[in-house]
Amino acid sequence: MAKTSTASMKRKEHISNFFAYILLIVISVIWLFPFVGLLLQSFRSYITESGGMVEYLIPHQFSLDNYAFMFSGESNFLRWYGNTLTIAAFVSILQTVIILCVSYSLSRMRFKGRTLIMRFWLILGMFPGFLTMICLYFLLKQLGLTQAGAIPGLILVSVASSGMGYYVCKGYMDTIPKSLDEAARIDGASRARVFLTMMIPMCKPIIIYTALTAFMAPWCDYVFASYIAFGHDKSYNVAVGMTRWVWTNDYMGYFTRFCAGGILVAIPVTILFMALQKYYVEGVTGGAVKG
Amino acid sequence: MAQTKKGRFGGTFADNIKGIGTTFRDGDWKTRISYLIMGFGPLCRGAILRGLMYLGLELAFIWYMINFGWNYLSKITTLGTVETYKKGRSTVYGDNSFLILLFGLLTILAVLAIIALWRMNIAENQKEEAILKAGKTLPGNKKDFLSLFDSNFDKTLMALPLAGVFVFTVLPIIFMVCVSFTNYDMNHQAPSKLFTWVGLDNYRNMFNFGGAGFGGTFFSVLGWTLVWAFFATFIDYFLGMAVAILINKKGIKFKKLWRTILVLTIAVPQFVSLLYVMKLFANDGLINTYLKKWGWIQSAIPFWTNPTLAKFTIILVNIWIGIPYLMLIATGLLMNIPADLYESAKIDGASPWQMFKSITLPYMLFVTGPYLLTQFTGNLNNFNVIFLLTQGGPSSTTLMGSAGRTDLLVTWLYKMTLNETNYKMAAVIGIMVFLVTAIVSLSVYNLLPSVKDEEGFQ
Repeated sequence: MAKTSTASMKRKEHISNFFAYILLIVISVIWLFPFVGLLLQSFRSYITESGGMVEYLIPHQFSLDNYAFMFSGESNFLRWYGNTLTIAAFVSILQTVIILCVSYSLSRMRFKGRTLIMRFWLILGMFPGFLTMICLYFLLKQLGLTQAGAIPGLILVSVASSGMGYYVCKGYMDTIPKSLDEAARIDGASRARVFLTMMIPMCKPIIIYTALTAFMAPWCDYVFASYIAFGHDKSYNVAVGMTRWVWTNDYMGYFTRFCAGGILVAIPVTILFMALQKYYVEGVTGGAVKG
Repeated sequence: MAQTKKGRFGGTFADNIKGIGTTFRDGDWKTRISYLIMGFGPLCRGAILRGLMYLGLELAFIWYMINFGWNYLSKITTLGTVETYKKGRSTVYGDNSFLILLFGLLTILAVLAIIALWRMNIAENQKEEAILKAGKTLPGNKKDFLSLFDSNFDKTLMALPLAGVFVFTVLPIIFMVCVSFTNYDMNHQAPSKLFTWVGLDNYRNMFNFGGAGFGGTFFSVLGWTLVWAFFATFIDYFLGMAVAILINKKGIKFKKLWRTILVLTIAVPQFVSLLYVMKLFANDGLINTYLKKWGWIQSAIPFWTNPTLAKFTIILVNIWIGIPYLMLIATGLLMNIPADLYESAKIDGASPWQMFKSITLPYMLFVTGPYLLTQFTGNLNNFNVIFLLTQGGPSSTTLMGSAGRTDLLVTWLYKMTLNETNYKMAAVIGIMVFLVTAIVSLSVYNLLPSVKDEEGFQ
């Protein structure tokens, strides 16, 4: 009696697992399709076939023409790529430093105006970022950081207000027992020493998370980058430059070039992300629970 | 002594004012001179660093006001009266309303800052006098400086971030709030034209349902913004949780592989993936052409050009974007639910659905309540998805201010700024977005179970 029931349960589980696998495969296909399509279409030559929209997925002839175009210097693609990389690197480092400073102060120190700052920043965060676009543009213009100087300008704007994004990092620091740094302080270590030699090493996962998200954001920055660099092709980042290919130059066959460029952008970013995925999950989950 | 305490911990406003008077009355001549020359007292008493800081800031303020600030501040009531005009071939520049408003505001804030600093300077003098009177010595300059890395480390750490937020967030926001009370638009572009204060005209326009009023458009866009945020948040939430449960299911192999595939949409920059997906669904895109080739449809499905269909497609594509995030979050949290809860439920004969309904879901809702709220407000302002997919289109003839059928308030704000250069209405829209976000956040936040219960723990 017992035997048959376990056997039937096993069979039931097998059937339900079978459907689960089918569902997972369907999901995987849906999720992968755009990326496979992007990759395949990037190999379609704009010389032998159309470079615009066509009605088939797999190119008749595989070619690297689009990739050659990227490196040929006919467009400023390499320049855009370098710009984005520069912005991403600087923003990633500086933003992490600022967020660490703010998080440590708010998590560990009790000073006058602390809750006021936190409440005030929370309210500030409710204003849409694009509201202040014109004002920031003129501010940067006064400093000479638009058009030709758009790259440092973009870095400045991204870094300046980054203190407001302290939530996840502070939440993580709050979970580190205070008794640890109090013990060090009793031994005569100053706050700065505790911060530099104890907190920072202990916050490694969240530092990697902060730096990673900060590094990835500039690759998608279209709005502000296009506004500040307006009309100055050499100051574009990849998002601004290539979005134009899709929207305005589609009929000229820039679609496949967009695909190739997209692959060139996506591969390093994706590899970096996958390598550090563990930390990302930790940050996202921790942030979600603490709000 | 009681006075010192009040000065340090900032008593009520009236006490603060009173403190200024009593300090002057009771203070010595060094303190009294400090009322005019800030930092004079500390300098005389040997606290050189503090004294120099106060004095330096006062001199900087005076220099700023004479060379710069006063010029703008004096014109802020009119925002400039002298128009730029052409004299023969050359242009004679008049007032620049934009700069007058921006630097006028900066000057007002600088004045407020110097008043606060002046009050601090008085409190500083008072404190030093009290310490000396008690027969103690003041902390030396070196110790004072080193405290910036110890007991006053917060000041060192927060100075730069606070300054950054002030210049690049606070000042611009105050500026834009002011712009919403002016007539700054394409006909009043600085520097060639002046703009000026118009009171509440723009707000009246925003709620005017008549011919050229923005009222109808505003509520239509607001409606879609709320509908979008609701669906984008909750559909993704439940589907993401379902996928996480599916992958976590006992007996499913290659768990890591399934997760990695989904996570690709987070890793690949959105402008690449979303623009490609946009082309995929286009009228001449792969989906339509294949469906036609297979004879399933006669003419292309207008995924982006039909207003209603476009809204569905956007929500659909957003599921593709949103599920992986939720899957990651839910996977971590699901593992936290004690397994014996499920075991005992199973023994009681509960079905999987019942277990989900009474164990998994309540737990998840409890833990992720704040996340759902931030996700909702984030979606209210989800610029990328809408802009990269439809740019707010299809366009509409009935909506004002070039708003499209799928425009959110933020994308509309963007268009107002960039395409229409209607800055005054853009500012009003921005303030409306703020109000909507604030109202939603405040009203939901206090209802969250985790917020209510957290109080119980403390």
